Amino acid sequence: MWFLCVFYHRLLDFRKPEVEALAELFGEEIAENESLQWRLPQHHHNDTPFHFVQLSSEEIATNIAKRSILVKGMYELWGEGTCYEELEESIKSYPDSRKLPFLTSGSTFRISVETFGKAMTFEEQNDRIRSFTYIPFEGKVDLKNPDHNFFLMEMDESEENNGLPPIVQRRIFFGREVGFADRKLLPTFQLKSRTYLGPTAMDAEMAFLMANQAKATSGKLVYDPFVGTGSILVSAARFGAMTMGADIDIRVVRDGRGPDCNVWSNFKQYGLPMPVALLRMDNNLPPWRSGLKEIFDAIICDPPYGVRACGRKSGGRKILRGTVDPYTVPDDKRTDHIPSTGAYSLVECVHDLLHLAARMLVMKGRLVFFFPVLRDDNGGEVKFPEHPCFKLVAVSEQILSSRYSRVLLTMVKVEPYSDEIEEAARLMHLEFRKNHLKWLEDGNIHSSVFKPIDSSQIHTDSKTFKDPKPKYRGKYV
Amino acid sequence: MLSCNIKGVSNGFPLRIEAGKVIEKEVDFNPDFLKHMFAKIEWKALVEGARSMGYAELPEDSPDATVLDSGDETFLRKLHHALLELHLEEGALVCPETGRKFPVNKGIPNMLLHEDEV
Repeated sequence: MWFLCVFYHRLLDFRKPEVEALAELFGEEIAENESLQWRLPQHHHNDTPFHFVQLSSEEIATNIAKRSILVKGMYELWGEGTCYEELEESIKSYPDSRKLPFLTSGSTFRISVETFGKAMTFEEQNDRIRSFTYIPFEGKVDLKNPDHNFFLMEMDESEENNGLPPIVQRRIFFGREVGFADRKLLPTFQLKSRTYLGPTAMDAEMAFLMANQAKATSGKLVYDPFVGTGSILVSAARFGAMTMGADIDIRVVRDGRGPDCNVWSNFKQYGLPMPVALLRMDNNLPPWRSGLKEIFDAIICDPPYGVRACGRKSGGRKILRGTVDPYTVPDDKRTDHIPSTGAYSLVECVHDLLHLAARMLVMKGRLVFFFPVLRDDNGGEVKFPEHPCFKLVAVSEQILSSRYSRVLLTMVKVEPYSDEIEEAARLMHLEFRKNHLKWLEDGNIHSSVFKPIDSSQIHTDSKTFKDPKPKYRGKYV
Repeated sequence: MLSCNIKGVSNGFPLRIEAGKVIEKEVDFNPDFLKHMFAKIEWKALVEGARSMGYAELPEDSPDATVLDSGDETFLRKLHHALLELHLEEGALVCPETGRKFPVNKGIPNMLLHEDEV
């Protein structure tokens, strides 16, 4: 069955992957190597908020719309056209068997008017609603709580539509609502009302999108190896999943800002179940017992890219550089000793993350994480991390500055973890240790993001050169 | 679930629990989740762990997986309590081979290694 799927006009790249993940979650059967079928309205650009999607039942469509963050509503389309005459034709030719059950005398209904890229006065809306005399509505109107909700959607052709490439032809849709989004979640969970925040706490909308990508739901165990203030796990817990988190910074996970302002309190604030465990550990040297594998249903995280927050791993900076030999901590100082940590390059961090996921995710488990991408003008092909156990199923870009963006990658575990993979990961781990400095340089995106603009480009006239301070293009990143 | 990962230690599991303060938190009962976790549990280690935290209700030997689906929730309730409701607030996890203590503070086990253990 085809449904008209209307999106909120934001985070364009995240919209379809979210619906696809939720469709799978709610039991849509999708054959291997296939995905949902999508169709665009005639002459619409890919960025349009109006899409058609094929789903096997109305129930799935309803569930998707209810849980989704970016879907405004799902509709059964009764008719469409470029003008009201065409719309009338189209609605009249839609089979009565699909229409009449929703028009019966015992039911209540409402017709709403929605526009995109234009505004309509109340009179205009009323005129349009009154023109539907050719639909045999038998039921009563109920504006507050109707049994059936009908929608008229109209958009105009124009030079530019909310920043979209122009739609060549104007289009009018009329349909019955089968599900609508509950965006109330977002004001409740918005970061500004959260007690415990860190500098890189994940925005609530994005955190929910990530939890949806990971198919977090009741009975599942979700793990975040860079938990920080728990902002991602909160969203997974909201969808019923059990959560577990780890971080290398003990102040963040253990102390927070006091007894009522820490990771636990963030869950308490929303009445959510607490994480089953919070650990302080190093992802570079994880303390899992040998033989333990396939335990998490999803791993969701926002790894430290080294732009706003830098990764750390065990071993002091001097030891890793090789300037001092590993030293022994005297026995009397051992209990309160704070082990030193060194820089952890993004390359190594992502390598460890993929290896962790390959081992600890169940088959078909999902790994959802952000990956930073430098935006160059040459449009060079970006290479995303790969792993023999994983298939990349969704890529959604969020542009952060003119220099770089981050991409939400969703990977599904398709191959079991094997001894060969473990061995390869061990060798790579040794390579990272041995050539610490080289990898640190290679994997550093901070310098590219904050690199001053080439001064020869801006100051062509040396007389106007007054500001001796270097200009940082990425200053507000 | 955790083990001691000091370099050269081969038998770092199970970590013995040194209980200082144990608290109980009420957690919603979710049979599906428990069944999923049951398959991954090293039973002996869990029994030991629960006992050192003062909960001795778990059977010594790992029950047959059929108990999970028998409709009798007594066992699942016990597992639920041991696995999810018992929290080690203060104490330590001790490596069975080296005796290295990983302190547990405010409910957070600190698994980070010292420089000479990496």
